[in-house]
Amino acid sequence: MSSVLNSVAALGALFLQFVSALGVFALLLAKILARTTAILKRPRLIAAQVHFLGNHSLAIILVAGLFVGLVLGLQGYYTLRRYGSEQALGVLVALALVRELGPVIAALLFAGRAGTSLTAEIGLMKAGEQLSALETMAVDPIARVLGPRFFGGLIAVPLLAALFSAVGVLGGWLVGVALIGVDAGAFWSQMSDGVDFWNDIVNGVIKSAVFGLAVTHVALVQGYESKPTPDGVARATTLTVVAGSLAVLGLDFVLTALMFGDT
Amino acid sequence: MQGRNLNLAVGAFVLLGLFALLFMALQVSNLGAMSNGPTYEVKAYFDNIGGLKPRAAVKSAGVVVGRVRQIQFDDQQYQALVLLDLDTRYKFPKDSSAKILTSGLLGDNYIGLEPGGDPDNLKNSDRISMTQSAVVLENLISQFLYNRPSESAPPSAGSAKGAGVLK
Repeated sequence: MSSVLNSVAALGALFLQFVSALGVFALLLAKILARTTAILKRPRLIAAQVHFLGNHSLAIILVAGLFVGLVLGLQGYYTLRRYGSEQALGVLVALALVRELGPVIAALLFAGRAGTSLTAEIGLMKAGEQLSALETMAVDPIARVLGPRFFGGLIAVPLLAALFSAVGVLGGWLVGVALIGVDAGAFWSQMSDGVDFWNDIVNGVIKSAVFGLAVTHVALVQGYESKPTPDGVARATTLTVVAGSLAVLGLDFVLTALMFGDT
Repeated sequence: MQGRNLNLAVGAFVLLGLFALLFMALQVSNLGAMSNGPTYEVKAYFDNIGGLKPRAAVKSAGVVVGRVRQIQFDDQQYQALVLLDLDTRYKFPKDSSAKILTSGLLGDNYIGLEPGGDPDNLKNSDRISMTQSAVVLENLISQFLYNRPSESAPPSAGSAKGAGVLK
């Protein structure tokens, strides 16, 4: 009997933990957003973070996008050939990338490449009591340290996702048209026929902006709330990837259902 | 990385990203192909629109001359009311006919405009009175099955005659 009660209690504890984590997440988000004007007054700090988060992620995003496009081209061609509609390869590759793969994979890679470094950086700042030192000098660590990183991520992720999709389309073109020999005219014209600017591309950009907010903010929360010990920072960095990735995938389902559910 | 170099790198990154967006807007999506020129609106009633969707192409002689703007159900006539946006560059006689066609065997539906012989042209908010519905595959098959027993041809010729019914 008591083991049943214990497992129910464990479930309750887990749920409460989840709710309180959501509360911490929302509170810190509100604190950052409340300091927006103070943060935007120092664009140089944001530019440095865009450079750190965006420019340094370019290589992995471009290479990953190219290979995802190459694989989509090969695999799509293999399936479409059965139905004699190889020429729809362009629209298949472009729609898959613009709607889903571009925003999602770019955000997942961003969580691994940049989110972890954000968490580790802020966690170590906290462990080294640098955040407390800032506060002692009457500098607000949320406005000075977290804010520029938050907006840097918010700017970098949609741009990275757009680059991922564009390079992926080129990868699909490389395999489909240059290697296999699908007609180039049909490839591009079916693509531009099947991809709608507002419905597909703008929605994809909105998606990647939401993912950018989620991943960056998860990384910041994990770093800011981490235990100031080596073990705590390690745990927080791991959690950034796990929670960030799950948040992206879960949000992707919700956003897809809202945006494309009826088409 | 200090000052100018940092700004240069960030600027290049942002430009690259915006360039990717521009590439997708113009080359990947239909924004570049869409004719944003002036259009005029024409109505047409169909008994059955099949799988026609808003934004489907309106073609005449295979050339895109407009788009389907809106599809509604008219509960007075129990027909589908389709609003078409035609490019003002193209004029069609008043007695032109519209039919719903399918591109390829399983492709998208589109509207084919067949010009008539009337000296007057279609104007804004005119109605195309001669229309032909979409060919629904299920109706075609049931028609085919229904017509077959009435034929007194020997079974071996049945399939050949059946193909004739399809036409």
